[in-house]
Amino acid sequence: MKARELLSRVVSPETLRDIIIQIIAILMAFLVGAGVLLVTGYNPVDAYAAMFRGAFGDVFRVGQTLTQATPILFTALAFLFSFKSGLFNIGAEGQFLAGAFASALVGISFQNLPAPLHVLLALAAGAVAGGLWGLIPAVLKTRFGAHEVITTMMLSYVALYLTSYMVNYPFKAPGWVSQTVMIAESARLPRLLQGAQLSASIFIALALVLLTRFILNRTILGYEIRATGLNPSAAENAGIDVKRGMILALVVSGAIAGLGGSGEIMGVHRRFIDGFSPGYGWDGLAVALVGGLSPVGSLLAAILFGALRSGGMIMTRVTGVPLDIVFLLQALVILFVAAPSLIRAILKRGGLRW
Amino acid sequence: MAPAVEMRSIVKTFPGVTANDGVDFSVEKGEIHGLLGENGAGKTVLMSILYGLYRPDAGEIYIDGERAEIESPAAAMSLGIGMVHQHFMLVPSLTVAENVVLGREPTRKGLIDEGEMLERVRASCAEFRLDVDIEAPVHTLSVGVQQRVEILKALHRGADILILDEPTAVLTPQEVEDLFMAIRAFTDQGKTVIFISHKLREVLSICDRITVLKRGKVVGTVEASETDMGELAEMMVGRRVVYSFEKAKVAPGEAMLTVEGLEALDDRGVPTLRGVDLEVRGSEILGLAGVEGNGQTELVEALMGLREAREGRVSLGSTDITGASPDERIRAGVSHIPEDRHKRGFIPDFSVTDNLILGSHREARFTRWGFVIDYEAAAGHAQALVEDYSIVTPGVGTHAGNLSGGNQQKVIVAREFDRNPRLVIAAQPTRGLDVGATEYVRKKLLDMRDGGSAVLLVSADLDEIWALSDRIAVIYEGRIVAVRDPAETDETELGLLMTGGRRG
Repeated sequence: MKARELLSRVVSPETLRDIIIQIIAILMAFLVGAGVLLVTGYNPVDAYAAMFRGAFGDVFRVGQTLTQATPILFTALAFLFSFKSGLFNIGAEGQFLAGAFASALVGISFQNLPAPLHVLLALAAGAVAGGLWGLIPAVLKTRFGAHEVITTMMLSYVALYLTSYMVNYPFKAPGWVSQTVMIAESARLPRLLQGAQLSASIFIALALVLLTRFILNRTILGYEIRATGLNPSAAENAGIDVKRGMILALVVSGAIAGLGGSGEIMGVHRRFIDGFSPGYGWDGLAVALVGGLSPVGSLLAAILFGALRSGGMIMTRVTGVPLDIVFLLQALVILFVAAPSLIRAILKRGGLRW
Repeated sequence: MAPAVEMRSIVKTFPGVTANDGVDFSVEKGEIHGLLGENGAGKTVLMSILYGLYRPDAGEIYIDGERAEIESPAAAMSLGIGMVHQHFMLVPSLTVAENVVLGREPTRKGLIDEGEMLERVRASCAEFRLDVDIEAPVHTLSVGVQQRVEILKALHRGADILILDEPTAVLTPQEVEDLFMAIRAFTDQGKTVIFISHKLREVLSICDRITVLKRGKVVGTVEASETDMGELAEMMVGRRVVYSFEKAKVAPGEAMLTVEGLEALDDRGVPTLRGVDLEVRGSEILGLAGVEGNGQTELVEALMGLREAREGRVSLGSTDITGASPDERIRAGVSHIPEDRHKRGFIPDFSVTDNLILGSHREARFTRWGFVIDYEAAAGHAQALVEDYSIVTPGVGTHAGNLSGGNQQKVIVAREFDRNPRLVIAAQPTRGLDVGATEYVRKKLLDMRDGGSAVLLVSADLDEIWALSDRIAVIYEGRIVAVRDPAETDETELGLLMTGGRRG
C-alpha cells in the first residue's frame, strides 16, 4: 500500500495501472512459455536462467542485448510518432531500409571527407530517404484517400526488393555475397565495446526517445498531432491543418525509421548487406505496443525484446532449446499485452481491483 | 391494484459516484409517468436498471406486484418492459419490418418467412395504431418515423411498460404532437409509459405524474395537474430558475456576418445549401429555426471554413472570408459552439487545460519561443476560466471526457467566448444540457450579444429560439424562407414555415 502511494506521486494512477498490467502480461507470457518448455521436455528454469545470463551476464552480453535493442527502438519510435496523429504506419521496415541504403550510398560515395561531416551527411541522407519513404503514403492518403496501412506495407516490399536489386546489380561488391563495398572509415559510427557490435547509434536512439517525448508532449506541433489523432474533426474545427499534421507525422516517422537503418549500416554492418534486417520494422510495431505507445515505455520494451534475442541465442547454445521459443515468447508477450482486459479479468479473479 | 413498476431503495454506485442513492420509484398501471432530473441526477441509470442493463447494488424491483430479478434486457422484455433509447438502435439498410422482427424472425425451413413477417408486423401497426410503411428501408425514413419504428419494435415484442428516453429531442413540433397522440393511445390500451425529458413544458403537457431526481435521490413525485414549470425547475436544481430572460434593449449594430447566395454540398455530394442569404448584425441574436437536416449543419460548417462553398460569398464585417481557412476565421474573430460537441467541440482524452486552449494554442500568451507550449500559462488560464465559468471539475488536469455533459459544454463555451469574438456561431448550444446549464449558456449568449457580438443561434428547440432571438430566420431545404420578428409571429406559423407549408 505504502509503495503504491509513493509510486503514484511519480506517475498518475492510470499510468501506474497500465505499467502493472504490462508487466503482468510479460510475466504471463513467460509462464506460458515455461509450460511449453516443460511439455517439450526442457527444464524451463535452466532455459530461462541461461537466457538471462545470455542477455545480462556480463558487460559484453549487455552490449549484445543493447545492440539488438537499438534498431527496434528506432522503429518503435517511428510507429508511435505516426500513431499519435492517428495513422498506422506499419511500413517502418521500408523506411528503415530506405534510410539504410541512402546512408550506405553516401558512405561509399565519398572518401576524403572529414569524419564528423561525413557521418552527419550519411545520417542526414538516411533521415531524408526514410522521410521520403513516409511522404509517399502521406501524399497518397491526403490526396487520394489511400489507406496508409496498405500503402506503407506495400512500400515496405518495394523498398525491400529495390534495395535488394541495388546490391545485387548496380552496387554489388566483388565476390558472391549480395552487398555493397565497405563504407568509408569517415562515415562509420564508433563502436562502444571491444569485440562487440554496440555502436554510437544507441545514443542517437536515446536522444530520439527524449526528443519524441519532448515534441509530442511539449511543442505546438506535438499538441496538434495529438489533437489530430484523438479527434480529427475537433482539431479541424480548432483551425488545425489536419492534413498537414498527418503528412508531417508520417514524414517524421519515416525519418526516425530511416535513421535506425543508418545506424545499423554505419555502426554495425558498415555496408549494406542484402537481407540484413530480420524484420526490425515489424518488430518496432510490437515494441511500441508493449511499451504502451510511450517513448520511455518503448525504450524498456526494446531492451526486453533485445534481451530475448541475444539471451535466446545463448540459451539455444547452452541448453539446446530451439531458438523458436524466443519467437514464441515474443508472440505471447504481444498477445497478452494486446489483451489488457484479459489481464484485468485475471486480476479481478484474484480479488484485486483496478 | 399493484403498481406496474415499483422500485424500492435502489442503490447503484460507480467508482467515485453514487448514481442512485436509495431511490423509491413507483409507476401506476396505465399512467404516463415523467422522470425529470439534471444530467447526472441518475435517471438514466435508474431506467437502465429497470431495463436490465445494470444490476443494482441494493434494492428490489416489483413488476405488477411480483418481485423481479432483471438480469438482462432480454429478461426485461420477457417481463413486458421495452425501452426506446435516445440513439436509435436500428439497422439502416434493413426494412422497417425486418428491423421490427430482428432477433425473432419467423422462419420456414431455416429461411425467413417473408409473408408471415409482413403479416405480423402489419398486425402490430394496426393494433398500436402506428402508421409506417413497413417495407421501406429504415435509412430512407425521417427521424420522427424512425422513432415510431423503435416504438413499434418495443410494442411488437410485447412491451406493456414503455420507457422513452428523451423522445422529443429530435422531433419537429408536428412530430411531437403525433408522438403524444400515440402515447395517449397506448395508455388507453392499458399500457404504461415512463417519459424521460428535459423539456418541462412537454412533461407537464403529456404526463399524469412526475418524479424528480436530484443527485441520485428522489426529490418528490407530483401530480402534473397540480404543479407548474417553476416548481419543477426548482425541484430539479434546488433554486429558482429564470425562465424568461430580461433581455436588455440593445440597438443592433452594423452587419457583422453577411451571407449571399451560399451553396454547398453535403457529405454525399448532394446540393444541400441552395442559395442562402443571411445577415447577422452586431449586438443581435439571429435565431435560425428549422427541422434538422435542412442544411443547418452544412451552413455552420461552411461558415467555419470546414465545408467548401461552391457558390456565393461570406463576409465578416467588410472582409470577404469565403475562402478563408478555419484558422484564419478564428483569428478574424469567429467563435463556434458545434452542434455535436463530441465530434467537433472538444477532445475527451485531452485535459481540461488542453481543451481550453484548443484553437488558441498558437497564441503568444500560451507559447514560448514560438514552438513550445507554455503549459504553466495554459494551466493558469484554464484555472481562471474554470472559476469564471463555474466549470465543475476535480482539476484542470482531468480528462475533459470525465466531466458531465453540462460541464463539457461549459468548457467549450468558456473557450469560445473568452476570445472576445465578433461573431458567435452557436449550434444547438444547450442540447442535452440540464436546466441549470441551459440557463447558464443562454445567459452567456445574451451577454455576448449585449457586449456587441453578432450571434447566429442554430437550434432545433423553438423555445430556445423564442427566448433568445432578436430576429428569427427559418431554413427549409437549404434556403432561408422567411425572417420574422419574434413579436410578430407564432409557433404555428414557424412550424408551417419549417415544414415548407408556407413561403415567406
